[in-house]
Amino acid sequence: MPLLSLITYAPIVGVAAILALRLFGRADDPKTVNSAKWIALVTTLATFALSVLLVVQFNPADNGFQFVEEAPWFAGFSYRMGVDGISVLFVLLTTFLMPICIAASWNSITKRVLEYMIAFLLLETLVTGVFCALDIVVFYIFFEFGLVPMFLIIGIWGGARRVYAAFKFFLYTLLGSVLMLAAILFMISTAHTSSIPELMSHHFAPAIQTWLFLAFFASFAVKMPMWPVHTWLPDAHVEAPTAGSVFLAGILLKMGGYGFMRFCLPMFPAASHLFTPLVFALSMIAVVYTSLVAFRQTDIKKLIAYSSVAHMGFVTMGIFSGNATGEQGAIFQMLSHGVISGALFLCVGVVYDRMHTREIAFYGGLVTRMPLYAAVFMLFTMGNVGLPGTSGFIGEILTMTGTYGVSTWAAIVAATGVILSAVYALSLYRAVIFGTITNPKLSDILDLDWREIAIFAPLIASTLYLGVYPASVFNLTQASVDHLVAAYQAAIGG
Amino acid sequence: MTFSADLALAHPQLILAIGALVLLVWGAFTPKATAIIGAAGVLVLLAAAAAAATGPLGRGFAGGLIADDASAFAQVAIYVASAFAIPLGQRWFERRGVHNFEFPVLILLAALGMGMMAAAGDLISLYVGVELHSLALYVLAAMHRDNAKASEAGLKYFVLGALSSGLLLYGASLVYGFAGSTVFSDIAVAVKGGAHTGVLFGLVFLMCGLGFKVSAAPFHMWTPDVYEGAPTPVVAFFAAAPKLAAMVLFARLLAEGFGGAIAQWQQVLIALGLMSIAVGAFAGLAQKNLKRLWAYSSIANVGYAILGLAAGNAEGVQSMLTFMVLYMVDVTGFFACLAALSRQGKSMETIEDMAGLFKEQPGIALAMTAFSLSALGLPPFSGFWAKVFVFKAALGAGFGIAATLGLVGSVVAAFYYLRLIKVMWFDGSVGGTDKPPLEAKSIGLALALFSFPLVLIGLIWLYPAAGRAAHAFGLA
Repeated sequence: MPLLSLITYAPIVGVAAILALRLFGRADDPKTVNSAKWIALVTTLATFALSVLLVVQFNPADNGFQFVEEAPWFAGFSYRMGVDGISVLFVLLTTFLMPICIAASWNSITKRVLEYMIAFLLLETLVTGVFCALDIVVFYIFFEFGLVPMFLIIGIWGGARRVYAAFKFFLYTLLGSVLMLAAILFMISTAHTSSIPELMSHHFAPAIQTWLFLAFFASFAVKMPMWPVHTWLPDAHVEAPTAGSVFLAGILLKMGGYGFMRFCLPMFPAASHLFTPLVFALSMIAVVYTSLVAFRQTDIKKLIAYSSVAHMGFVTMGIFSGNATGEQGAIFQMLSHGVISGALFLCVGVVYDRMHTREIAFYGGLVTRMPLYAAVFMLFTMGNVGLPGTSGFIGEILTMTGTYGVSTWAAIVAATGVILSAVYALSLYRAVIFGTITNPKLSDILDLDWREIAIFAPLIASTLYLGVYPASVFNLTQASVDHLVAAYQAAIGG
Repeated sequence: MTFSADLALAHPQLILAIGALVLLVWGAFTPKATAIIGAAGVLVLLAAAAAAATGPLGRGFAGGLIADDASAFAQVAIYVASAFAIPLGQRWFERRGVHNFEFPVLILLAALGMGMMAAAGDLISLYVGVELHSLALYVLAAMHRDNAKASEAGLKYFVLGALSSGLLLYGASLVYGFAGSTVFSDIAVAVKGGAHTGVLFGLVFLMCGLGFKVSAAPFHMWTPDVYEGAPTPVVAFFAAAPKLAAMVLFARLLAEGFGGAIAQWQQVLIALGLMSIAVGAFAGLAQKNLKRLWAYSSIANVGYAILGLAAGNAEGVQSMLTFMVLYMVDVTGFFACLAALSRQGKSMETIEDMAGLFKEQPGIALAMTAFSLSALGLPPFSGFWAKVFVFKAALGAGFGIAATLGLVGSVVAAFYYLRLIKVMWFDGSVGGTDKPPLEAKSIGLALALFSFPLVLIGLIWLYPAAGRAAHAFGLA
């Protein structure tokens, strides 16, 4: 059974069903709209079930690619799919967050619901495809086409400056990825293969590696996003609808980190080693600078967006540390950030749905009216800060330990980021939740309802579970990470 | 070779020539039978395509006519693209009160000219083919006689086209004078091991003339004005097939005639290609009229095709041929959609006219979105594959910087395609669009379906076919 293709294209079945609804019914009929929502939810849940099956069947001892599917295509390209210990978790993360995104949009999206659900389902297919693709051209197709549904989601359902944000998002990422396309085509014409495993074992000359690395770096650094090419992210986040932000922070940003691990380290080890100081420098700036920027924000969503950039700084550091601890930490940090930042954006969505503003100054004293909400928000704020017991802690400590082995300074500077994150996250929490209600508009705000509790429950569970028992992740990634690190160290002669 | 064997090679062209003349006489006697004449025209084109696909291979008429895989490939594509133009244009003109049976006849004559260009083996048949198709196109551009803009477009096209024909002829005579022959294979012998300056001079003139025909910068000036003024379905026709014909001719002239001067023409092509990409990307940003915008888009796209050709090897030609066929699908489809749209009887041609189109005409808006994304080069649409092949060839030939610049140009151009998508999807609708005519809408939707997802299967056949065609030119 081609399980990976099944997971990848399962959402398309939902798209087809919604299209059929649209053809046979009126787009604005409440019954049609409702069935479209249910179709989307059921499809994403079924996809999640399939990917759980995938993880269960996955053999953690094998360090190669599993569930490989292969069919020749044209011009020497092949349709190749497969997962290893690194990508299988991202598939799981994607399919896990997707039903949450759908459920989070249940009442907050009121216009063009059918198109919205189609865009999200399409996005799920494309992102899953990115993580499963084993042919570099197939990878690029999924990677690049994901821009279109995201462009539409920001541009149609976003806030006031949505058009500006959508264009900025699209053009920024497009510029990065065309450079990557040039590098991909060059690699195919020199190595005479487009298969990712074969490209991994192909030795490119060091001088060429530098150029190829820079081209891939341009694309993934924008996606990640790394300082100084992060400026599209706050705009895109602020203008995107809640579920769009969850998806953007939770999954789309992970494609950058995944790309570094899948392409840069194994295919251009010499160049990766050469540019490690640069990456460390950029990551340090990201951690410290964007934490400070986050502290000065007046918009809750923007604050969380900047904190994402800071947290991604830990990820890039961990990846380029080139040792197993750093890699494990980076993977873990990405998963954990996917859950926690997604949950934080949902927390913003909860109050935004009620009050339609994200100004920090508007809120205050919510704990008196919304005790449950305050508790949930507290947990994820702590996760964001990296409190031991939450998943945020494990990722940060491991990436810092990994980095310490390579550069003491980088690790020390990064450690200040942990303090800074406590500064901005806790002051946000204090401003929004604590104190007394001074704004009369908040006096009859309602606490979480059952739908919202149901959305938060899996996120709370996974944050705590991963924080207490991280070995469940490491068991899966161990073999593949060791393989990656061994090859990388051998290539750079370390 | 005997005369009858020569004629056998020319079957596709003969079918078109006889078909055009018969339809002309038939129309002169029964001017009301436009629908039947149109249908007959489509049949003639399909018959010619079938003849080209199945006919014998070889060289006839003392090298003047070549029937090989390349000419067969190009002719099939040209004739099929022309066959789309007849139903699209005829009904469009009828709705505007122009009942011309000449329309299908002119399309047939243009197709005949393009067929000759695709099969030209010497400078004479090159010139005859170019002139025949150009003259038909000038008339087609001005066919909407009561429309001042269309007449202006026709005249402009004619004057500038005549200039380019002059360049072409001048170049041809120089080459003949210095190489001593008009046949490509004889020129190749003369050029082998270093071309005489006079021949190179002639070659540059020939390239300028062909540059006009494919509207490569800096010979692109006529394109936006003519596209804007000419009737939309006519633009759908002459933005597609003639470009392919001229590119095939370009490739054959350079590869077969001037294979020995490859280092010289590669530089010219790189310059032409990069200039076209830059002009198309930057000048397109300022356009409000969609037909002008798409004119600049076509300039940029021809630039990409030229970059592929500049690789100067079989892979380059293969990529160029694939590119042009895929581009033809895009451009024909886009203009078919545009021809299908009207608001209270008035054509919708500016970007603002498209506001909220997705709410009013979701099918056409989706198709136009697909064509825009494809022209932008976004995967998995056909335009992406076109660019992939071209850039792969250019990179393989060592033109890394040129290819990267070209790709960066596509990011600039992305802005105007995105603006069109933004207007269609994000903005509020004005309302009042008319029910789109069936033939234009179905052509637009069918071609959009080809652009994605059918292209993913179609390329399995198309790419090797283009490869066989490319090898006919005898490049490495």
